[in-house]
Amino acid sequence: MSMPAMSGQHGRHRGGSRIVVVAISILCLIFLAAIVGPLFSPYTYLDSDLDARLIEPTRNAMHFFGTDDLGRDLFVRTLMGVRISLAVALVATFVSLVIGVVYGAIAGYVGGKVDAVMMRLVDTLYALPFIFFIILLMVYFGQNFLLIFVAIGAVNWLDMARIVRGQTLSLREREFVESARLIGVSPARIIFRHIMPNLLGVVVVYVTLTVPQAILIESFMSFLGLGIQEPQTSLGSLVNNGVRHMENAPWILLIPASLLALILMCFNFLGDGLRDQLDPQEQTE
Amino acid sequence: MQQRGALRFALTRLLSAMPTLFLIIVLAFMMMHAAPGGPFDEERAMPPETAANIARAYHLDEPLPQQFMRYFGALVQGDLGPSYRYPGYSVAELISGAMFLSLTLGALAMLCALVVGIAAGVVAALRKHTLIDRLVTGLAMMGISVPLFVILPIFVLVFAVNLGWLPASWSGTDSRIRYLLPVIALALPQIAYVARLTRGSMIEIMNSDFIRTARAQGLDTLTIVRRHALRPALLPLLSYLGPAIAAVLTGSVVVEQILGIPGLGQLFVRGALNRDYTLVLGIVIFYATLVIALNLIVDIVYGFLDPRIRNR
Repeated sequence: MSMPAMSGQHGRHRGGSRIVVVAISILCLIFLAAIVGPLFSPYTYLDSDLDARLIEPTRNAMHFFGTDDLGRDLFVRTLMGVRISLAVALVATFVSLVIGVVYGAIAGYVGGKVDAVMMRLVDTLYALPFIFFIILLMVYFGQNFLLIFVAIGAVNWLDMARIVRGQTLSLREREFVESARLIGVSPARIIFRHIMPNLLGVVVVYVTLTVPQAILIESFMSFLGLGIQEPQTSLGSLVNNGVRHMENAPWILLIPASLLALILMCFNFLGDGLRDQLDPQEQTE
Repeated sequence: MQQRGALRFALTRLLSAMPTLFLIIVLAFMMMHAAPGGPFDEERAMPPETAANIARAYHLDEPLPQQFMRYFGALVQGDLGPSYRYPGYSVAELISGAMFLSLTLGALAMLCALVVGIAAGVVAALRKHTLIDRLVTGLAMMGISVPLFVILPIFVLVFAVNLGWLPASWSGTDSRIRYLLPVIALALPQIAYVARLTRGSMIEIMNSDFIRTARAQGLDTLTIVRRHALRPALLPLLSYLGPAIAAVLTGSVVVEQILGIPGLGQLFVRGALNRDYTLVLGIVIFYATLVIALNLIVDIVYGFLDPRIRNR
């Protein structure tokens, strides 16, 4: 190494970036598999073959992950589940991103009383068991795909708002914002044209931490039977089905369960690692 | 003066919690009535007279504000109306029948999470960057990432089905051992969060000047931790208690579902799947009240322990 003197702090950072690289690689692999994987199987996620029920993963060359209680191919179904879980998570994250960034930037830029009230509201919302409200929505409006997306996003913006507000508070005092104000640029324009582009780094990090939360909420609801409905599937509903058959066919549970855990863990390590690199002062360690 | 400040703080917090709760009740109630389709819609259309009779019996034919006033007036007296799917039962009866079990499990899990989490966090902080610290932070990351409905079935599979150490379902036995699995499962994610938080704040405190002074006086590490470091290090944990309570409530829904525990969570999921409007509404209001009340207590305790908070 060219700079042995910096080993302590430096070494930890390199360790952190290694984890980030590993996490990204695993995630890319999983996404790639979810997109192209089903093409390599002769089955679709709907095909049900009652003569081929509960086949163990290695028994049949074409059923890579075995089959479930209805004789449906688990390889294809699991990958479809990954697709749906990810799609829900991405849309939900986008919704929470928009709400969180706008809310946080306004609170941080305007400051004073407005900021105090807005952040007090966030504090209040923070403590509420939101998942119950999403379930309430599901009960009243039926299982509507789009509603699930939007509802998850709409309750998941609090962290983003807090972080963005904090960043905006410090950006507001910077000279380029000061000069924009001086030449008479309107507050709305300052927020959208000058503050928001500078939030990008922080926002990217928190997006990587919001995606796993959205996946978690969606799979939680699907697990309870309140989210994605049959024959569509998501990782949560696959785990739910696995629990019902775990005593005689544990692979139905273990494959989607470990894939879900792996995806969540990779996102969390990724987010944590990126956060540490972006802001060494505020390390979680 | 000091005492009056604290009392005033407690009162303002109490007053600010009231409108929050009221707003939640109004919102949840309005959402119910904005929904397309009624609670009694079936696959087969019923005769209009029957529909009208049902609507009258449940006061669904009145204007909305009047319905809300009726609901709210009863709610204040602890009456959440009749269940739409369990005829003859009131929502309040159903909730009070199921809540004791859920609250016991939740309280045990919180206790377990605090004891184990704090211990693990302190040890990790004192042995920073050693093997044991890596182990604690790694396990904590897993505890945060791996959802309850993945961990618990695997536990059941291993400890109940394969090894036969623990009962696989709640109704299978009467002994206390059946509490073990749900409490551990509920506690695990919280242990992870508590350990991470404790580790972080403990490291910060151990680097501060007053700890250096204590060290300079020749005190051993154990005494420093017990007498000086622990209390300030645990203060940030208090503000995590609110979200933790909400998380344990959410978790209990899954745990009760998997193990077949007849608690509030199971009642809630059944109500949701049956579209039992009043039951679901009642449980959401109950949960919200519980969470807001517990948060209020945490907030007030925090204010007493750390006077700086009061002036925020």
